[in-house]
Amino acid sequence: MNIAVVVRQVPDLIEPLEIAPCGTAIDLDAASFILNESDDHALEQALLLKEAGGGTVTVVALDSGDVDNTLYTAAAKGADALIKISQQDHAPRSPRTAAARYAEAVKPLGADLVLVGVQAHDELDGALPPFLAAAMGLPYVGVIRGVRAATETGAVIVCKEFPGAVMAQVRVKLPAILGILGADQPPRYVPVSRIRAAMKSAQLSECEAAAPQREPLVSVVRLVPPAPAARAEMLSGSEAEVAARIADILSAKGLVK
Amino acid sequence: MSAQDVLVLAEIRGETLDAVTLELLAAARGLVSATGGNVGVIVLGRDGAGHASSMGAADRIIVFDDPQLSTYAPETYVAALGELLAAERPRALLIGATSIGWDVAPLVAARLDAPLVIGCIRIMDGEGDLRVTASFYGGKMLAECRVTGAPAILMVQPGSFRPASEPGKAEIEIRTLAAPLQPGAIAFEQWILPQAGDVDITQHDVLVAIGRGIQQKDNVELAESLAQALGGAVCASRPVVDQGWLPATRQVGKSGMTVKPKLYFALGISGAPEHQEGMKGADLVIAVNTDPKAPIFDVAHYGAELDILDLLPALTEAIEAKRG
Repeated sequence: MNIAVVVRQVPDLIEPLEIAPCGTAIDLDAASFILNESDDHALEQALLLKEAGGGTVTVVALDSGDVDNTLYTAAAKGADALIKISQQDHAPRSPRTAAARYAEAVKPLGADLVLVGVQAHDELDGALPPFLAAAMGLPYVGVIRGVRAATETGAVIVCKEFPGAVMAQVRVKLPAILGILGADQPPRYVPVSRIRAAMKSAQLSECEAAAPQREPLVSVVRLVPPAPAARAEMLSGSEAEVAARIADILSAKGLVK
Repeated sequence: MSAQDVLVLAEIRGETLDAVTLELLAAARGLVSATGGNVGVIVLGRDGAGHASSMGAADRIIVFDDPQLSTYAPETYVAALGELLAAERPRALLIGATSIGWDVAPLVAARLDAPLVIGCIRIMDGEGDLRVTASFYGGKMLAECRVTGAPAILMVQPGSFRPASEPGKAEIEIRTLAAPLQPGAIAFEQWILPQAGDVDITQHDVLVAIGRGIQQKDNVELAESLAQALGGAVCASRPVVDQGWLPATRQVGKSGMTVKPKLYFALGISGAPEHQEGMKGADLVIAVNTDPKAPIFDVAHYGAELDILDLLPALTEAIEAKRG
């Protein structure tokens, strides 16, 4: 099975987000970027499918942030080919534009399966995987936790997650696009030495995005941090002091028996 | 039907109407109260009559009782919704941010080239435009948006609106599609229920929930010790389950369990909206996180800005000392 994996860079939420002077976006220059978490799972799922049944894994990313490092890390994990989509203009202002640009790069691969993380926390007016499916004219199902090849060729069996730890088992005829929430196994770790080796040995292809920038259909008027509805009463002090205070609170409420 | 109408996609799993449907109805009713228009609720693949009394906030129940819609598949759902929306051109279609909503809302928006907003928590009329507030960047930002096109596809964060429980008698409209639906590439096969034998976290009065702050699998036992001292159980946010450190049956949140314990410790959990959805009914929430701006402190009763790995041993010891 030949698999394409689409990966995105997103601001790291561990770092504080700053609002840009325009007041309608975060200051991307002040943010640090990481691989979108569910895209990391999509890559892992692709590698697991390749290890189980052969084939190739091609990883595709728009040029932004520290994307070269992300792509070489994918190669160090086992990806066979890397494609970086360069953009002459700014990064896409809408997931529709991003989907059109990814479609240009992914379509010629003729992949049996395209895996993308189901969501990214910086997407407001769209979701890349279903938009990509629409742009490529392929069927789509998302919120997937686990994929395996079906016994017949040209299909996969996926688990679609529902509340209450309930899964729907779904059969998907290929080619198709899946929105991955979680892989069958946690994303693998690769040491820095292997990433450095991949930087020397892996071939990174570049293509240029042609799809024009689409104006978003939704305008952000203002971006604000949420006002706390009822902020917690903060307990201060050393670990021992806070622990003693919590124990007192629980004891007073009859929760220590 | 009018250009001010608002439609809602009902979600019914088994015989149960998902609570998010009533929240969507409340949002829709709030919007049309300012502008006029009717609220319609769309039921796919069943007769809808069994739930009509629950959906009294709707003016009409639009039923597509097609056998191809009796089990969920994105292609058939989108075909049915696309045809209905193209015919009626309502002002907005409200869909829950659920497992089905995350498929259907963007696919319908793409099909109709319609505006889409994800994570909506407030929806208002803005003198002709829709004014929508949406949770963004994992709940760390709110985006106040203006939406001009119609129909606007609005994916609503569950728990954002008080469910509409008003009695009423909506009119049921049975609709058929212009072209028969064909089976697509995606076919539901069966439900897989959680394996029996693990702890049922919905039945515990005390839950010690751990998130990314637990850092590694070996540290889970620190939380186990606290849970044991309190007679409770350990549960987790999604990253911990994704790492395979706890089974999916222990996950709290949108895609996991909804819990209402007497005491909920949120340890090293940032508190994304998806997690809050599963635990906001707890009587007492104590949150510990190194990030003072973590959204979990907005829903907790008590908080501490500490590393949980430092606090956990001291806390277990303090609880055990209280027990004597």
